[in-house]
Amino acid sequence: MFRNNYDNDSVTFSPQGRIFQVEYAQEAVKQGSVVVGIVSKTHAVLAAIKRNAEELSSYQKKVIPIDTHYGVALAGLASDARVLSNFMRQQSLSSRLTYDRPILLSDITSRIADRAQTNTQQYGRRPYGVGLLIAGVDARGPHLFEFQPSGVTQEMVACGIGARSQMARTYLERNLDEFEGSSREELIRHALRSLKESLAQDKELTVDNTSLGISGIGEDFKLYEGQDIAEFLETTFENKEQEPAAGGEGMEVDDS
Amino acid sequence: MAAMMQSAMPTSEPGYSFSQAPQSVAGGPRQHGFYPYTDNGGTTLGITGSDFAVLAGDTRSTSGYNINSRYAPKLFKIGGTGSANEGARIVLSVVGFAADGNALKERLDTVVKMYKFQHNKEMSVHACAQRLSHILYNKRFFPYYVHAILGGLDENGVGALYSYDPVGSYERETCRSAGAASSLITPFLDNQVNLKNQYDPTSGSGLEKVTKAPQPLSRQTVEELVTDSFTSAAERQIEVGDGLQMFIITKDGIEEKYMELKKD
Amino acid sequence: MNHFPVGWGRPRDDVYGAYNPSYLPQSHGGTQANPITHTQSPIVTGTSVLAIKYKDGVVIAADNLASYGSLARFTDVKRLKQFNRKAVVGFGGDVSDMQYLDRLLNSLDVEENYGGDAPAESGPHMSAKNLHAYLSKVMYKRRSDFNPLWNAMLVAGLDESDKPFLAYADLLGTTYSSPSLATGFGAHLAQPIMRRAVPNEAASRELSKEQAVECIKECMKVLFYRDARSMPVYSIAVIDGKGVDLKEDEKLENQSWAFAEQIRGYGTQTV
Repeated sequence: MFRNNYDNDSVTFSPQGRIFQVEYAQEAVKQGSVVVGIVSKTHAVLAAIKRNAEELSSYQKKVIPIDTHYGVALAGLASDARVLSNFMRQQSLSSRLTYDRPILLSDITSRIADRAQTNTQQYGRRPYGVGLLIAGVDARGPHLFEFQPSGVTQEMVACGIGARSQMARTYLERNLDEFEGSSREELIRHALRSLKESLAQDKELTVDNTSLGISGIGEDFKLYEGQDIAEFLETTFENKEQEPAAGGEGMEVDDS
Repeated sequence: MAAMMQSAMPTSEPGYSFSQAPQSVAGGPRQHGFYPYTDNGGTTLGITGSDFAVLAGDTRSTSGYNINSRYAPKLFKIGGTGSANEGARIVLSVVGFAADGNALKERLDTVVKMYKFQHNKEMSVHACAQRLSHILYNKRFFPYYVHAILGGLDENGVGALYSYDPVGSYERETCRSAGAASSLITPFLDNQVNLKNQYDPTSGSGLEKVTKAPQPLSRQTVEELVTDSFTSAAERQIEVGDGLQMFIITKDGIEEKYMELKKD
Repeated sequence: MNHFPVGWGRPRDDVYGAYNPSYLPQSHGGTQANPITHTQSPIVTGTSVLAIKYKDGVVIAADNLASYGSLARFTDVKRLKQFNRKAVVGFGGDVSDMQYLDRLLNSLDVEENYGGDAPAESGPHMSAKNLHAYLSKVMYKRRSDFNPLWNAMLVAGLDESDKPFLAYADLLGTTYSSPSLATGFGAHLAQPIMRRAVPNEAASRELSKEQAVECIKECMKVLFYRDARSMPVYSIAVIDGKGVDLKEDEKLENQSWAFAEQIRGYGTQTV
């Protein structure tokens, strides 16, 4: 049942210097469906694959708008993400109330990081089983932050987390140089293509299983779902034939 | 000390401890030097129609005989997005103690925004109105010293207006004025909106007289009533003037109008 | 049992002796120290603060006097406090509360610039508007606790988009904004003069820095003539896109007391 004697709680180190409960939490992130985020000089984009537990059920929420200027995408336990996003909303509103300004993304990220860290140092608590990508625009421009259950956060240019996200990351690494100068539309296309890389062979990006969150300088964070993203999907994958740059291994050309 | 000596005086009646504790401080009464309220003047007004609601307020802020500012709005959009509350469908007007008014506005705005986050839909004016009543009543023993008027459109798209006293008693009305010049504007509204003391000229005299029944007013008429109310109030009330701000709430959103008033 | 129901069940003095209230605080007849004390009136005070918006920024001024009642007690008290390169706060009212708020604002500034993501080259993130929002919340909270900070203050500087910003906040949490503002006596004596220069926002967008400074200096002079709790040495600050230019030892120039000759009814003159 137990892997070893050092994973009964999240506050005990193993002799190798590892905290197993935290590592298990990170496994929970890897089981969530994939989400990616990219920033350019002007925009920040989040894209996610939504899963439904069964044919008859609705799709799990993957992108959550928090304040007008930013939102998060999650991979892992959705209920933990809900708790975290509620906290983030409260913090965001209180920043507007106390200082009359939108909260900085670096600020809110370190606040949830602090919360996650306490879970790894107090007995009887468990780490959050969710990873987040926090993307939006604040007074210092567009940003993308990655948050992990361990409390580690990093500012990223592009990032993917969740199941099979390695494929998406490979795509992002290959196209890294293009992101900074990308337009809004180009950035969306990159996000969707990298998302497609992580999809299983027999799966497609559809209006039902894809979520997109976009914000830019002078543009509020907006969540696109359902028919709203049909056009994005169309424009992204009809061009694909002419664009060899994407170069995923054996990916089929999508003609949806 | 003297109070204690006195109370220990022997009497024929048995003494009881509850009457022995001195009622006031030994050094005589102490005055509270800090009064936490002030009146910032101004007046607000709301009138509804069949498919719109109009809220209006002057923009002067006063302290006694001083004019603090010629542009300090008393009308606030509630809900919507960002600091400019874009897309809001509810308007709150507050008159009285401006600091309390601002605090009240921010509380209600936060509530409405959290409601949208949690329920994924806009709060109805009806629900917002009841929530506002609770917010005010919760401070029953240290009230927000304001007269609030809340406006919007109800579930049927009909103009809705709710007016409040400082401790949360509220009522839906078709028209209401509050603040420094409410005593000047209310009788005018009674006559022009509710057609009080107006009789059908074709009916007889004395007890035969038939009162006119109030009809929903057109937007044009309402806007004229509002501007007339404020230009007249600015003539007679020193705390009213400088500017008139008007929010017209329709199914298409909130339209803002501004006009100058007398600055003296 | 007797005819006084309120006394039923209570310890009788003839049985147990008089109630001993000594453990109670003095306010309730005891001998204990009062547990909490709140400011009921200011002690050492500063008088008016003036400010005016012009096309690129704001000019703000206050004299260097701190009075103890009618006594001119401290003559070198700087009442303009620079927050960062975008904002200056001018304090009127209680000087100890001003010093408390100054410490509070300094710690806020440190917090704001602490850590790896401090806005080094992108300039201070906190604008005068943000500062005013924060300050007015502090003031309102304290008045709601019946423990006010006895001040009236002006926050002058630039907002997030570097446009001139000027606003007022006081011990009640009252706030407002206007092209020109004055606290205390200045609201009576200086505000009418300043409003002649900037009757509205449009006029303040036309006003030059020189005109604004000149207007403020003139107002400081009028205040020194008429406000008995003022002095001729003052601080003046100009906040614009280039930063804060704060001078803390300015003296009133070209005073003319000729008008004093006209005053009748005081002193020894007989006519």
